[in-house]
Amino acid sequence: MYTFERPHVEYQGLSRVIVRGAAALAGIIAPWLRRLAWVVFLAVAAMLVVFIWVVGRFINPLLPWFIRDLVVVLGLLGFACVVAIIGIWAERKVSGRIQSRLGPMRTGAWHGWAQSLADGLKFVQKEDLIPREADEPLFRLAPYVTLVPAFCAYLALPFGVGWVFRSGDVGLLFVLAMLAVEVLGVIMAGWASNSKWSLYGAMRAACQLVSYEIPMGLSLLAAVVAVGSLNLVDIGQAQAGGWFSWLVFQNPFLFLAFFTYYIASLASCKRSPFDLPEGESELVAGFHTEYSGFRFVMFFFAEYVAMFAVSALATIIFLGGWHSPLSGLSKGTQMQFVAFGDTSPLWFVLKSTFLVWVQMWFRWTLPRIRIDQVMHACVKYLLPFTLLLFLGSSLWQLYDNQAHPAFQGFANILHYGLGCVGLLLLGLYFAGAGYGYYNRNRLVGQMARNHLPGA
Amino acid sequence: MTPSDIIAVLKQYDAGGIVSVVADLPYPHVLVKAEHLVAVAAFLKTDPQLRFDLLRCISAVDWPANNGMEVSYDLISTSFVHTFAVKVMLDRRDPQVESVSGVWPAAQWHEREAFDLMGVRFLRHPDLRRILMPEDWTGHPLRKDYQDVVEYRGLKFNP
Amino acid sequence: MKEIELQYQPDLLHEGEVPSDIRTEELVLNMGPQHPSTHGVLRVILHTDGELVLKAVPYIGYLHRCAEKIAEKVTYRQFTPYTDRLDYLAAMNNNLGFALAVEKLGGIETPQRADYLRVIFSELNRIASHLVATGSYGLDMGAFTPFVYCFREREWILDLFESACGARLTYSYITIGGVRDDLPDGWVGRCRDFLDYFEPKISEYNDLLSFNHIFVHRTGNVGVCPPDLALAYALTGPCLRGSGVKWDLRKATPYSRYDEFDFDVPVGRGQNGTLGDCWDRYFVRIEEMTQSVRIIRQALDRLPDGPVQAKVPRMLKLPAGEIYCEVENPRGQLGFHLVSDGGTSPYRLKVRGPSFCNLSVLPVLARNCLLADISALLGSLDIVMGEVDR
Repeated sequence: MYTFERPHVEYQGLSRVIVRGAAALAGIIAPWLRRLAWVVFLAVAAMLVVFIWVVGRFINPLLPWFIRDLVVVLGLLGFACVVAIIGIWAERKVSGRIQSRLGPMRTGAWHGWAQSLADGLKFVQKEDLIPREADEPLFRLAPYVTLVPAFCAYLALPFGVGWVFRSGDVGLLFVLAMLAVEVLGVIMAGWASNSKWSLYGAMRAACQLVSYEIPMGLSLLAAVVAVGSLNLVDIGQAQAGGWFSWLVFQNPFLFLAFFTYYIASLASCKRSPFDLPEGESELVAGFHTEYSGFRFVMFFFAEYVAMFAVSALATIIFLGGWHSPLSGLSKGTQMQFVAFGDTSPLWFVLKSTFLVWVQMWFRWTLPRIRIDQVMHACVKYLLPFTLLLFLGSSLWQLYDNQAHPAFQGFANILHYGLGCVGLLLLGLYFAGAGYGYYNRNRLVGQMARNHLPGA
Repeated sequence: MTPSDIIAVLKQYDAGGIVSVVADLPYPHVLVKAEHLVAVAAFLKTDPQLRFDLLRCISAVDWPANNGMEVSYDLISTSFVHTFAVKVMLDRRDPQVESVSGVWPAAQWHEREAFDLMGVRFLRHPDLRRILMPEDWTGHPLRKDYQDVVEYRGLKFNP
Repeated sequence: MKEIELQYQPDLLHEGEVPSDIRTEELVLNMGPQHPSTHGVLRVILHTDGELVLKAVPYIGYLHRCAEKIAEKVTYRQFTPYTDRLDYLAAMNNNLGFALAVEKLGGIETPQRADYLRVIFSELNRIASHLVATGSYGLDMGAFTPFVYCFREREWILDLFESACGARLTYSYITIGGVRDDLPDGWVGRCRDFLDYFEPKISEYNDLLSFNHIFVHRTGNVGVCPPDLALAYALTGPCLRGSGVKWDLRKATPYSRYDEFDFDVPVGRGQNGTLGDCWDRYFVRIEEMTQSVRIIRQALDRLPDGPVQAKVPRMLKLPAGEIYCEVENPRGQLGFHLVSDGGTSPYRLKVRGPSFCNLSVLPVLARNCLLADISALLGSLDIVMGEVDR
């Protein structure tokens, strides 16, 4: 009845040869890879370990500093990419489980672990669409401006005492500054798309992200005042005594500052309930509506990379960084707690991952807050409150020392009291999780049990 | 109130405007002259005994055999739970009647639909334009003598 | 192709505005036929000043499928599947409305068991439809999880429907003269199991969504529709009841033996904002689900035996005359104005879709609300374009 001509697009020339050749090669290799998958994986892992040992032992002392730095940066880049890939997969599994469904199960035999890779491949082979009236240079630039600063934040994050790329005396400021540059990319994306809906997303993002940087910074400053240094390694080292030495329990202002920082960081990452800039129901996809293919992947990655970065910042500053909660308990006794050691980058990653998981939990539970309510909450509530916290924390440092023994005693009680409150919250969390897990069949119901697979 | 009572009250108000009356089920209604429609409508809505505050439906029926176009207004009262209907019979060649959207704003969209699909013009309607068909459609599809359109803006339709 | 000239000329509503030194412009936004939160193919042209919506003009007709013209060509029995597709989320209720109109005009009596089955299936479909409304309203507000939970519950209802009549969405089960088939074995037990499983879920939705602080602030005091405005624009169903008007056709003009059942009509009380705001309309739907469960339980307990269909000739001819018959759909009052000239097909069938009238109030409610509130408004009006456009 109504026909139209679809434009015939195909790769030409060298690209065509490469793509066709790669596809043919993949078709031959893939079945063999499946069969030998585990062997190949272990072999690659073993070779990697050997290679790293050889390099570290023999080649490292010979290398000039910039090669070493380059390797570290590439490693951090790889880590950030792995974080994003696992984050995307985890988000889908977490959302599925919260919504009483399973999430990806088929791409990769074990719970769809290869879903991110499949998504990546899908996005890479998509058509690169740029709207005709779009501002091309800005349109192309925006994803990079969003993604690169998010990666750069990792340059100053210490994973452990010797595990930081550059531990500057203004490490904290550097990380905050890098996370703030992302706003520029978002606005560029919204404007350059030449779409009114994207523009709305960009404008909302602009006011929201910029406004919430202030409570974020103030909450962190409350902790900086407690330690006396902007150096992230120093802040981490100040919490070397186990659970009760973590800054979050040090005084009630810092306890609250942790929560205000967390909320402000949610808003700064455009995560639900503050995800109005990319509000799916109203704006299709907000500022990145017009982006497809790899450009969209960049925005997507930037979100997960930033999520981990702000969680990592919270971990270092409030939750003891790379220290085990049990460290310090073995001091003076014969027992040594082995659980990955007293300090380990793994503790750091574990705590940050927990905070990222809580972010995902929020996203799938709470509805979206309207932009005027978001700004209202920031300017009328969060900002004065964080100012109070900063003031309180500063005054606390002034009086919590030997010159005021009465106050110091009171502060001590509060300190350990807050630590116990923290233990209680942790216990409640695990108790709730356990209750839900053991009663999962009963909570979903009889009919679901008969119908849901794996219930 | 039963339909007969409603008709009695209506006759007291405006006996001259009523053309004919049907008081039995399934569809008790009164046929009024087109000029008297708005007054009757306002009376039906505001009279304390009647209070027809909900305009349920406006339907236009095409009677080419009688050369007439009939528009019926179905009403119900949420206070007294009685139902009634008012009809007007218009000339099919040029059906015009005054809009009752001043009495019941719900009529706005119903009258737009009657205009769109049947061609009835409602005078003093705040925004009389097509609602279901595209803005530049020609013809009124629900009429009995409507010829199917063969081409529209370059699209050809198979018969 | 030449561009369409819209006959409607946009006019700026803020004539009295004092000019400031910042040059601001009114933005004309097209919330086009394809949009995640317009609940179907609805186009709304918004005039906005920043986030403030000055004017909203809906354009409909994208799903117009000429149901009324088709009705003049097919027989009464053949038209039943078309009624399924009017409001495709409440197909049983649509079937019921059409069947009642034909039966009233033709003087056909339905057996008692058929009436009870009609009530059971209509109320189950009401629950299913309200689940979609609730879930997608949560989705519009950004709460992704209640959507999946509501659809999980809806799956059980659709399973029940499938076992009774073979279809999950468009049933044609309630036909002229009664109901198409009797229930399969064990259906009543399974229905009771579902009701026992479902009732506690409603309180789960309340915990997760209805009384969620963020949701209440997104929907309370938004799109306030006072009762007189609601009646003036002929809103019906939960939209009217959310404004405080206690009007339900099942109580006012009972049909299909609804007067034999004991149930309440929930009405908005303005408890989380103003009376007649979006939250009220939404919460009326939640409470109606509880009432529907109550009705179904009573019907299942008192389900009589007997035939499920009256004898109706295949080529049914109705006597000349007309009738207007309305039923209470999940979205409002669905009306059929049926004009018969004595033949086998209707002479004229006008369908009064509840969403058609509910949507007409959008331009009035959308004035001076924020852009994000438009989704809240559309979700609370709960429109299905199938019956807006027919």
